[in-house]
Amino acid sequence: MTLNRRKTLAIGAAAVAAPYLNTVYAQAKKEVKLGQTMPYSGPASAYGTIGKLHQAFFKKVNAEGGVNGAMVNLISLDDGYSPPKTVEQIRRLVEQDNVDALFQTLGTPSNSAIHKYVNAKKIPHLFVATGATKWNDAKNYPWTFGFNLSYQTEGEIYAKYILKNRPNAKIAILYQNDDYGKDVLAGVENVLKGDKAKMIVARATYEVTDPTVDSQILTLKASGADTFINITTPKFAAQAIRRVYDSGWKPPLNIVNNVGASVGSVLTPAGLDKSVDVITVQYYKDESDPTWKDDPAMLEWRAFMGKHYTEGNVLDASNVYAYITANLMLQTLKQCNGNYSKDNIKKAAESIKNWKHGLLLPGISVNTSATDHAPIDQAQLSKFDGKKWVLFGEVLGGGAG
Amino acid sequence: MNRNQAIGVAIAIALACALPFVLGNYTTFQLTMALCYAIALMGLNMLTGYNGQISLGHGAFFAIGAYTAAILMDKANWAYWATIPVAGLVCLVAGFLFGLPALRLEGLYLAVATLALGNAVPQILKHKGLEHWTGGSMGVVIIKPEAPEWTGLNQDQWLYYFTLLWVVLLFFAAWNILRGRVGRALVAIRDHPIAAQAMGINTAIYKSLTFGVSALYTGVAGALAAIAVQFASPDSFTIFLSLTLLIGMVVGGLASISGAFYGALFIQFTPNIADQISKAAPWAIYGVFLIGFMYLMPSGVAGLIRVVRHKVQVPLSRKETR
Repeated sequence: MTLNRRKTLAIGAAAVAAPYLNTVYAQAKKEVKLGQTMPYSGPASAYGTIGKLHQAFFKKVNAEGGVNGAMVNLISLDDGYSPPKTVEQIRRLVEQDNVDALFQTLGTPSNSAIHKYVNAKKIPHLFVATGATKWNDAKNYPWTFGFNLSYQTEGEIYAKYILKNRPNAKIAILYQNDDYGKDVLAGVENVLKGDKAKMIVARATYEVTDPTVDSQILTLKASGADTFINITTPKFAAQAIRRVYDSGWKPPLNIVNNVGASVGSVLTPAGLDKSVDVITVQYYKDESDPTWKDDPAMLEWRAFMGKHYTEGNVLDASNVYAYITANLMLQTLKQCNGNYSKDNIKKAAESIKNWKHGLLLPGISVNTSATDHAPIDQAQLSKFDGKKWVLFGEVLGGGAG
Repeated sequence: MNRNQAIGVAIAIALACALPFVLGNYTTFQLTMALCYAIALMGLNMLTGYNGQISLGHGAFFAIGAYTAAILMDKANWAYWATIPVAGLVCLVAGFLFGLPALRLEGLYLAVATLALGNAVPQILKHKGLEHWTGGSMGVVIIKPEAPEWTGLNQDQWLYYFTLLWVVLLFFAAWNILRGRVGRALVAIRDHPIAAQAMGINTAIYKSLTFGVSALYTGVAGALAAIAVQFASPDSFTIFLSLTLLIGMVVGGLASISGAFYGALFIQFTPNIADQISKAAPWAIYGVFLIGFMYLMPSGVAGLIRVVRHKVQVPLSRKETR
């Protein structure tokens, strides 16, 4: 018993001490410390791959000599997509680990919970992995920066496309019952207002914790709509696409939002044949699109995946996304010119000018300023042909022309 | 409470008071959360440990308490300290009302009924009709209370002491309820309901009151936790919270008041330790911990301590009698 307990204590103590030992070791060198929370467990754990790729990416950067000679130490913690846990972990990162900036903390509720705190503490809260419009509020929250194409802009693009191509459409909308879902919906409603509002004949919501959206789809089908806007996260997007097809509804215009538009993690499980003619918007390249087979940026990304992140799924669009954001973070750190004070990191994040990454669609560039904290505000429509997304139309700007 | 126990409690309180001066703000915040859980566990233990009613839905009362505090502070500009008793009262009523129909349910049937409660509340909080108050899925952001100037404490330390005050208050209340006539009645109902009734105990009223008081404790805990976290959203109170509370109670020790503290420390810190051991499978590690705990101390931490104390005390007292 004594021996057992002693052993247990020793293991426990080692476990508690391990991260600190690591920190002491790392501090011997010049380093810039980044922190993030990711849903490695819980209902949104599919997104955990983003954090894993980031860690692999900065490991590679460090192996190649770091940024301007400084090592990047990214501390990535699990919050299980639970806001109180996010608050706890972020406080650990800020107060105990003394991170220089937060990078890509994921989730709208999680970031809402820490929004005030990080701004009060003046911690750069960079490129959050959510597309809620509220992250671009430089006046009230000067330390927070978004990344994703704003959900409202995306919704506006869809609504304008419908107005132009199917002015008599009867629209049914399925959306996730949270900030994210309502934000895309708000974009659609911004455009379809006044007498156009009647075009939306049915709405249905689901919860992240729901097992399926089957009954919602049947309700929407019963409304007699001929246009379906599918505002869902990957698991539900796959279910919805499959259910819409299997129920025999097959609306002539079937839109799935960008969040749920990965060929690998959504359309393949839904059934590629059942996904034909689905429309979405994109702002970064699709890993399964043969157009980009020999694209240098894609080759670079594949090489990275094969060498540094072998357990990652190359068919998961989140990994392309994560590679772009990691590169944007790297760019920001480069622009710091070796001064990693919080003020300077914020300033660098505000001075991204016309930055292009090979994995972003041609014609899309990243810009920020002291008043614009939304790096991406352009996208292009594309249609699924049974094998791949086919881009069409022009790159559409913010406000969606 | 005998002399030894009183000394033990006094030492524990003194230690708890000293902690914020030794530890950083972040750890103080974690301990504040642990204290909140301890209150909830005390409440749950009253219901399950002493009265034998299993609840898988106490996260719901935690949520109701949290939202009561959040809405009163956000919409009605109440002071944070004034919201705590209200949160407790609201949950007392809610718990009592839920306890009435639950009277007809025994054991696992009650567990399943409460599971429904735990599952429903987060969705009800998102309901359109309530959105004006609850903020829907956006949740409610709470402004963190400042410490009064004369204390010279920072926000985290102040909040810790504020929570500790409630812990001490509710601890003594629980002690008085459970160590007396009422406590014996509860245990009698748990162990042999028919005999209890034959002895003249009004089982119906006792059972639903226990449900109410237990919900009151959990609601106060929820309100304190929401103030500490400064945010309440439906995603904070998933069914997992209810299960976590149940785990904490079992690990701490059923039918023991002090067990609430061990259980609270377990549910607050084990996930973090598991996360540090393995990023890939933190919940597998958590499971290993849990199985380990159950294997090494089947009656919880409090049970183990009780056994150890007996082993030390019994030989001593034997010597004395000789």
